Amino acid sequence: MANVLVFAEARGGELRKIAFEAVTAARALADASGGGEVHALVAGAPGIAAKASQLGTYGADVVLVAESPDFEKFARESIAATIAERAKSGGYRAVILGFSAQGRDLGPRVAAKLDAPIATDVTSIEVSGESLVVKHPGYANKVTATLVITGAPVVVSVRPSAITAKESAKAARVETITPVAASGPVITVTEVKEGAKGRPDLGEASIIISGGRGLKAAENFKLVEDLADAFGNAAVGATRAVTDDGWRPHSDQIGQTGRQVSPQLYVAVGISGAIQHLAGMRTSKTIVAINKD
Amino acid sequence: MKIAVCIKRTPDSESRFKIAASGAAIDETGLKFDVDDFAGYAVEAALQINEKSGGGETVVVALGPDNVQESLRKAMSMGADRAVHLKADAVPADGVAVAKALAEELKTGGYDLVLFGKHAFDTSAGVVGTAVAEFLNIPCVTAASELSVANGQGTARRELEGAAEMVSFPLPAVVTIDEGVARPRYPSLKGIMAAKKKPLESRAASLGVSRVTVQKMELPPERPAGRIIGEGVAAIPELVKALQNEAKVL
Repeated sequence: MANVLVFAEARGGELRKIAFEAVTAARALADASGGGEVHALVAGAPGIAAKASQLGTYGADVVLVAESPDFEKFARESIAATIAERAKSGGYRAVILGFSAQGRDLGPRVAAKLDAPIATDVTSIEVSGESLVVKHPGYANKVTATLVITGAPVVVSVRPSAITAKESAKAARVETITPVAASGPVITVTEVKEGAKGRPDLGEASIIISGGRGLKAAENFKLVEDLADAFGNAAVGATRAVTDDGWRPHSDQIGQTGRQVSPQLYVAVGISGAIQHLAGMRTSKTIVAINKD
Repeated sequence: MKIAVCIKRTPDSESRFKIAASGAAIDETGLKFDVDDFAGYAVEAALQINEKSGGGETVVVALGPDNVQESLRKAMSMGADRAVHLKADAVPADGVAVAKALAEELKTGGYDLVLFGKHAFDTSAGVVGTAVAEFLNIPCVTAASELSVANGQGTARRELEGAAEMVSFPLPAVVTIDEGVARPRYPSLKGIMAAKKKPLESRAASLGVSRVTVQKMELPPERPAGRIIGEGVAAIPELVKALQNEAKVL
């Protein structure tokens, strides 16, 4: 029996979808390790504690809340130090995070602080004696590696949307913990530029409408926007050709060097399907292509 | 400025991959290897910073077997001044162990800036650069899509989900480079000739035991073949029906 620590990500005063997925993964791991406890750590601006009990729904036995005004702007050094300090004190088998923008930054920091081995961007976690066996797509999703990772604790980050958040009601006990200060010089966030409002993030959307050069001109991207609106809550993506031409921001790019997504439905509009683009969306459940050929 | 760029040698990302007979590696037969794409952006970023300030030194560092020397020569042909090869039979899958060995080399180098690609194509893990910063106890900016440095300070842009953040940080620091910072230049013939004479030191990497091992590698299952539903507006009713009844996504 061993407990599992999981970082439950918050942004803008709300827990994110990846937080519920990470807690679901931690619950499954604790159960497979003989029924340990899941301790979810939330770091956010003051007020986030009010959201903490939601994590019980997905199987957290304890929610540890660290509040600090600095966490509003993702004070990564302090958040990593807070996670690592807790991981050291608690005798955990594993520290789980999401492989989101926050989690991919925090995971290696935490692993280095603990001198623990880390596997990032995994799509499944299994227990094998003292080790964990994880699947990790590498080579831009063209090859799947099965990794054996041994240590106590180990650090593992899970790919967004790879693990479906599953309810497993626990009456989570909420505890407040003190944020740990950074141990060295830190970076300062001078500005956060919010993207287009009202659309879900590409990594979290269940439906993505994506446009390519086949749309012929930047103004025709309105068709993609309209289609996304027609679906209600769809995200909008683009190919590299489109972002290189400045029709869409770089952050919308899906593909080998852009975002890698796995929605339930991916609608490709005017996209030829270059191998680099496929690397970013081949794990989508259903793909619809609207194309001339 | 004294800049170190840690690079990795990876196969051409457009290759078709096959699994080796061992079942735990890719078959390298016929694959073309080069400086990893993101590491290439990092080399270019370092060269541009030093060209702009009109001085400094760019040192490229790689850990791995002797064949990484090709990648180090390539980076020197682009303009890096010298290279350090940390010898190892293979690059272990334990990114924290790799980071420790690199940090051991970098800590005495007096570098103002240490650059990495945001991740390498092969492992796509994104661990080593950040972990090096932890071992050196200096700030780390991950996945920077813009970078500038002056007067002991750096500024960078990072893409987040649906947003971007602008950050500033004191040097020395580690920055891992995303696409967008700089397109790598092609080495000139003069550069290629000059690189042959530039210093390349080689010494053993101080690697511990790898706590991460590759048990198996496999190609993802082929997707079932698609089907053409129809053309133009006429196809929409059937497409909607298929999405509702077969794919059950609407």
